Amino acid sequence: MLLRNLDQARIVLAITVAIFIAAALGLPGFLDPGNLIAIVRSISVLGILALGMALVVIGRGIDLSMVAVMAMSVAWYLHLLNAGWGDHAALGVTLGAVLLIGAINGVLVAYAEVPAIFVTLATGSFAFGFVRSQVITSDAVNVPARHWILTLGQMRPGGVPADIYVFLCLAVAAFLFLRFTKWGRYVYYAGDNPVAARNSGMPVRPMLVLRYVIAALSAFVAGLLTAASLQSINTRVVNSTLLYDIVLVAVIGGIGLSGGKGGVRNVLIGAALIGIMLNAMTILDIPQLYQNLIKSTILLVAIVVDGLLNPRDEQTAQQGDI
Amino acid sequence: MHFRERLQAWRYNLIPDHVIGELLQKRWIDNAIPFLALVIVVAGFGSAIPGFFNPASLQDSTRQLGEFTLVVIGLTVVMLGGGIDLSVGSIFALGCFAAVACFFLFHLPTGVAFLAALGVGVLFGAANGYLVGYLRLRAFITTLVTFIIGRAIYDILVVSFGARVQLSDAQSDLWDFIGDGTLLGMSVSVLAALALAVVTHVVLTRARPGWHVLAVGGSRRSAHNAGIRVRRTVFLTYVFSGACAGAAGFLIATRLSGAGPGTGQGLEILALTAAVVGGNSLGGGRGSVVKGIMGAVIVLVMTNGLIRLGYGTGTNQMVLGLLLAAAVTIDIRWLKNRHKVLNEVYVAPVYLRMGETQSAAPGSGTPYALNNRLAEAEAIGLGDLEGPEDVILDRDDHLYCGTRHGEIVRFFAPDYTRSEVFAHVGGFPLGLAFDRAGNLLSCVGAMGLYRISPDRRVTRLSAETRRSWTSIQDDARLRDPNDLDIAPDGKVYFTDSTKRYDAHDWALDSIENRATGRLLVYDPATGRTRTLLDGYRYTNGVTLAHDNRSVLFCESWACRIHRYWLDGPKAGTAECLIRDMPGYPDNINRASDGTYWMAWLGMRTPSFDLSLRHPGMRRRMARRLPQDEWLFPNINTGGVVKFNDRGEILQTFGDLTGTAHPMVTSMREHKGYLYIGGILNNRIGRYRIEGADPTWTANDAYWGRP
Repeated sequence: MLLRNLDQARIVLAITVAIFIAAALGLPGFLDPGNLIAIVRSISVLGILALGMALVVIGRGIDLSMVAVMAMSVAWYLHLLNAGWGDHAALGVTLGAVLLIGAINGVLVAYAEVPAIFVTLATGSFAFGFVRSQVITSDAVNVPARHWILTLGQMRPGGVPADIYVFLCLAVAAFLFLRFTKWGRYVYYAGDNPVAARNSGMPVRPMLVLRYVIAALSAFVAGLLTAASLQSINTRVVNSTLLYDIVLVAVIGGIGLSGGKGGVRNVLIGAALIGIMLNAMTILDIPQLYQNLIKSTILLVAIVVDGLLNPRDEQTAQQGDI
Repeated sequence: MHFRERLQAWRYNLIPDHVIGELLQKRWIDNAIPFLALVIVVAGFGSAIPGFFNPASLQDSTRQLGEFTLVVIGLTVVMLGGGIDLSVGSIFALGCFAAVACFFLFHLPTGVAFLAALGVGVLFGAANGYLVGYLRLRAFITTLVTFIIGRAIYDILVVSFGARVQLSDAQSDLWDFIGDGTLLGMSVSVLAALALAVVTHVVLTRARPGWHVLAVGGSRRSAHNAGIRVRRTVFLTYVFSGACAGAAGFLIATRLSGAGPGTGQGLEILALTAAVVGGNSLGGGRGSVVKGIMGAVIVLVMTNGLIRLGYGTGTNQMVLGLLLAAAVTIDIRWLKNRHKVLNEVYVAPVYLRMGETQSAAPGSGTPYALNNRLAEAEAIGLGDLEGPEDVILDRDDHLYCGTRHGEIVRFFAPDYTRSEVFAHVGGFPLGLAFDRAGNLLSCVGAMGLYRISPDRRVTRLSAETRRSWTSIQDDARLRDPNDLDIAPDGKVYFTDSTKRYDAHDWALDSIENRATGRLLVYDPATGRTRTLLDGYRYTNGVTLAHDNRSVLFCESWACRIHRYWLDGPKAGTAECLIRDMPGYPDNINRASDGTYWMAWLGMRTPSFDLSLRHPGMRRRMARRLPQDEWLFPNINTGGVVKFNDRGEILQTFGDLTGTAHPMVTSMREHKGYLYIGGILNNRIGRYRIEGADPTWTANDAYWGRP
């Protein structure tokens, strides 16, 4: 009975708490309010990306273009601003591009029935390549002086950085959407068994497009927050392991890659674990290269466990669904 | 003939529409698009970049191509098995580092360095294979993670040991030769890639392990049910891919004599794009090494070309992204819709104007006028039989027939109430004949010509003839062997009704009406089959004339009987004996009084005759309507017709009630009785022929009294 209640989210939560206690006892300065805020802040961007990813993954998809969309859309936006465009026009153009990429992802997955991994791998590569080669001229783009993004980065309502509020608001919104709206519930049905969902009359395909658009939008928001805190955006982030951190947060929190399982709670737990771990590793002064190795090994373990807990359903698996 | 009709005849009889369907059925048609892309890319970049084709530049690009091709071949094999391997870039880099470390840090011989690189690849691949094959994790995400792990390990190793490698003074002629030298004008990496490609191709297409990979990729569950060890097969594909990437890593190690932070970066998306652009299917089962190589050339020429043309950072990613998205989408859509397209375009009707015919209506006074005599036939095996296309009797008066289930059933004389399965052949046994030694020969639909000995041993005599020079579809195979007869010298004359459709699709052949039926002869002395005549509309029944100097055969959809001369001044030629009959002829057999019996499987109708003059209408019908709403030849009324050597119609026998023998495909005279079979019937009829010789049997007529 006890074992049956031990689902992945609870195990991970217990591990998170354990690591938190161990770090609090063993690491000097871990419990400082400044450090705690730093932890939350470090996971707010990751968390927002993971919320978008979670939405897609619950609906049995995956979006590998998120980091590219995040970096390149904001880079384009800032580039336009620096080139003297008005704020509305620049925002309009980049937002349009973001929506377009999301819609292309969705349409190719939903209507052309191409596996999501390939579509999003391709669109991510395209988005990066297009903006990098056709629009901007250097890897990093700075935020122009006296822009609202800078103000956003410096706001501290109640002593807490603004991006944490944004993350929490988005998390609540995602929670309400998934839990209480009709289309939110449909996400689970479509993820659990797309064919059955379609046969029972749900608009499976339009919903799929919508999910990829939302994921792209969340990537854009995350990019804006990144720019706000760093005062610039570096497009080399596309080549970093950020993308795998996002997948890691979703998978380790207990959102099965086979779809239909998990929710916002799982994202929060996963993000907390990753945030605490990264912070602890940084305090321990483990080099970035080793951190990557550790993170990816944990991700592998998470995927193995996920594979054992949520074995692939041969009845609803599709040919080419790899 | 009206001009419009003549135009239709030209349009549909001269333009070979059927070629499209046959081309689409070819497996190599999948290669056409990538090949076209290959030609365009090479020609485009070759003309845009000055000096692209000069030997030195080509030498350098091909060296890179060799390494890349190795990786792509490995990935192709994984994809054929239904998986995917994104970690090839990491394995490549780690293999490179292993070789470099062995050679420069430990001063080991080149061979050991090679084995180290290969070993790293195999180990890494085995890890992937274990996770994906045995633990059944999702291939894409799993190899993505192992890719990051491998990359992290490689980055750590390069940072730790990179400087020491640069300071090393290790030297080896062999190492330098592999990196820089050429053999027969080709670099070692190209030779390695070629050798691997040939070996892999042969294994995939001709050997058991390769077939297992393709079977697993095509359908995991079916492969499992067929007894293939699915998990081990998947495991081995990853090991192979790892070994390929490791070997490629060794080659780049010798070429660059070092391992830098950029080695193998972005290789996974390059290799993936190459494999998919070449036309290998995601999800497995369809693809080949050649496709992988074509994709590798396309991608490498394109990316290198863009760099040499001076396009900046990011252009490559953009183009690769576009290429990958386009290739994957085309692949998926093509795979999904190929059979639909094929279904729509395969039936390609031709124009035919059937000649005027005499009526067969009862009481019309023509020689063809049908009557109700067959309704009196007594039934044999009623309800037990399904589809006795042909019937025959042996010297002991036992009755044999083929059934829809691929069996030859024997009914015992004298009352034919007891039966047994004489032999199981498979396919759909159609025409039957006894040879001199008492063996039963059968034309088995969809299989070929078979012999069943009296002790029930089944032997295949022939399943193919010589292929014609202009054929697109392999017409050596016998698709619809239909009826046969045996000459005194033992040669077997038989028909293959159509080259376009399998036996069970004979009705589609009537819609298309293309003349592809053949008359063949099998020579037991040589064991070979020869094509005597080609280009008839559904050749069907065959019999030797009473004097054994000619063969009579019928052409069902044209309602004609032809005579093929074996002997005399016209030997080797055919002439038409009866034309424009009101019914579709099927089997022909000898009668006791020196004439012949002919079965009619159905009757011509004015509506279908008219539709034969409107091939466009039939084409639209085949494309747009479900099959059970098509206009088919009428096969609800048939009969038996007696004719003589001059082609005169002597007698007819019909069943106007339509209950006992609506469609007749065969009849045999035996000791004063006529035994009647029908391919869609559930019985054999036995009809007493008035005035027939009560001692005559076909066996005696052919082979003499024992």
